[in-house]
Amino acid sequence: MELVCPAGNLPSLKAAIDNGADAVYVGFKDDTNARHFAGLNFTDRTFEKAVRYAQDRGRKIFVAVNTFPRPAGFERWTAAVDQAAEYGVDALILADMGVLDYACERWPELRLHLSVQASVTSAEGIRFYHENFGIRRVVLPRVLSVSQVTQVISESPVPVEVFGFGSLCVMVEGRCLLSSYATGRSPNTYGACSPASHVRWEETDGGTNTRLNGVLIDHYGEGEKAGYPTLCKGRFQVGEHLFYALEEPTSLNTLSILPKLREIGVSAIKVEGRQRSPAYVAQVTAVMRAAIDRCLEDPETFQPRVQWMQKLDEVSEGSQTTLGAYHRPWQ
Amino acid sequence: MDFYQQVAAGPAEIVYLGEVICSKRRLVKPDDWLAIGRELRQSGKDVILSSLTLLEAASEVSSLKKLCNNNEFMVEANDVTAIQLLSRAGVAFVTGPSVNIYNHHTLHLLAARGLKRWVLPVELGLETLKDMQERRPDGVETEVFALGRLPLAYSARCYTARSHNLPKDNCQFKCLEYPDGRMLKTQEDREFLVLNGTQTQSALTHEVLAQLAELDALGVDVLRISPQHQGTFRIIELFDEARHGAELKLLTPELHSLLPLGACNGYLLQQPGMEYGNPRTA
Repeated sequence: MELVCPAGNLPSLKAAIDNGADAVYVGFKDDTNARHFAGLNFTDRTFEKAVRYAQDRGRKIFVAVNTFPRPAGFERWTAAVDQAAEYGVDALILADMGVLDYACERWPELRLHLSVQASVTSAEGIRFYHENFGIRRVVLPRVLSVSQVTQVISESPVPVEVFGFGSLCVMVEGRCLLSSYATGRSPNTYGACSPASHVRWEETDGGTNTRLNGVLIDHYGEGEKAGYPTLCKGRFQVGEHLFYALEEPTSLNTLSILPKLREIGVSAIKVEGRQRSPAYVAQVTAVMRAAIDRCLEDPETFQPRVQWMQKLDEVSEGSQTTLGAYHRPWQ
Repeated sequence: MDFYQQVAAGPAEIVYLGEVICSKRRLVKPDDWLAIGRELRQSGKDVILSSLTLLEAASEVSSLKKLCNNNEFMVEANDVTAIQLLSRAGVAFVTGPSVNIYNHHTLHLLAARGLKRWVLPVELGLETLKDMQERRPDGVETEVFALGRLPLAYSARCYTARSHNLPKDNCQFKCLEYPDGRMLKTQEDREFLVLNGTQTQSALTHEVLAQLAELDALGVDVLRISPQHQGTFRIIELFDEARHGAELKLLTPELHSLLPLGACNGYLLQQPGMEYGNPRTA
């Protein structure tokens, strides 16, 4: 099982490599990738250093060009593909059929991975991308239970990568318009969910309000720690109840099912978080490396260590974690 | 089945049938849909069978295979799984709003694999629609989501069941209690989203009446009206009157009075989807 870690900048990339990532994934500084945040991602100069840092140490570097271009500006996506290919990256992570088509025609030798943003959850769906664009790996959305992942892997024409740790999308990726409904900026086209430009923190007499383009996402009482207003993780009123109607602020953590993921044939484990700090990347990569090594060594007796779990909890949303859709009762 | 008799008598030319959200909803079974489809076809309607949007279980893929092999009606692919099954079988198909066709390259690619009609993803606006229409492949029709609560997101989790503190596997079909979905409000009492099982919709109803002339000028072929619990037949009539030239200022107030909450159209105007703007008549 390959460990694939996020890097929003060069210090994060080094942190990932130095702590044992087999591969890092990055994006360029524009709307061609799904973590388009201010101060994040790679320019020409830093990108060249990133590729060298990873490959000189025998690790891989993947580039995410995984948003959906509209006709106006399509060239930005082909330019991103070209730039990544010219620097000799190990794989591109793509979502849009038009971009996939361009990449496989223009760079037939280059490995293509299907991004989670392509929203593919079945072996037949994977086959479409394999037959049409020659993808060599697929990243599955975080909506399948372990038995459903097992089923997909058993029929998939290509190896399967799954999310192992990080912020949890509870809606199927690539088809979630919640943030664009509120802000007009779409994760699919602009590359950011709940963009900072539309976030407001408001101190009130009774505590703090967090808003997304004016919409109250949550209210925190005095002394309660306010979280980032990600739309699907706010407290809302449904019927008589005020609660986390969609999902709590929580992160995905699969340490407890690593032996199972190995057994069913998962090829790579992805860590979410290109928008997070180098310290996050270092900490999560180190824990995941140790856990995967231990799991491969002796899957029978593998148990997540208490200190691993503590370290992951420290960097989790709301300091708590979940197995998400992998665990059927979550659904 | 009064509903479908009324559909048969109404002015809509095309009818999409089937369950697109949750495979546990089986009040109408696949064979029943086929029977309804045959009756509608006899009344002169063009019938399309819609497929599930988010496929998770192997049983859902099996049902989809049967649907794609129905040999009678065209299928609306709402996921790439259906596109693969239909294009491999050499059968023409339609794509729904949850298939990400964001540019002309994707549109051409799918047209070469049997796409006959596509629905503009609901978050895209008139500017993108114009660019798409200018480069649209021959023989492909364009459809626009013209009225309905916006389909915003799909999940493995059932939010209607969750709102009753139940897991999906023991949902007790709570969604049957909410024919227009269950309202989700902010802590300021703003009606914001609607829970429809595993799907999340907008609380406001997206409607394009004010942009009808522009859509027509851009060569849009089909307008989609997504049904609501009450008032759908009058809504269809109002759109029918509008496309035949009736004055919008007479139709709009009545249309808005029929919506469960209120109207939005921001997406079409390159604004947040929840907004309502009307630059032409404002």
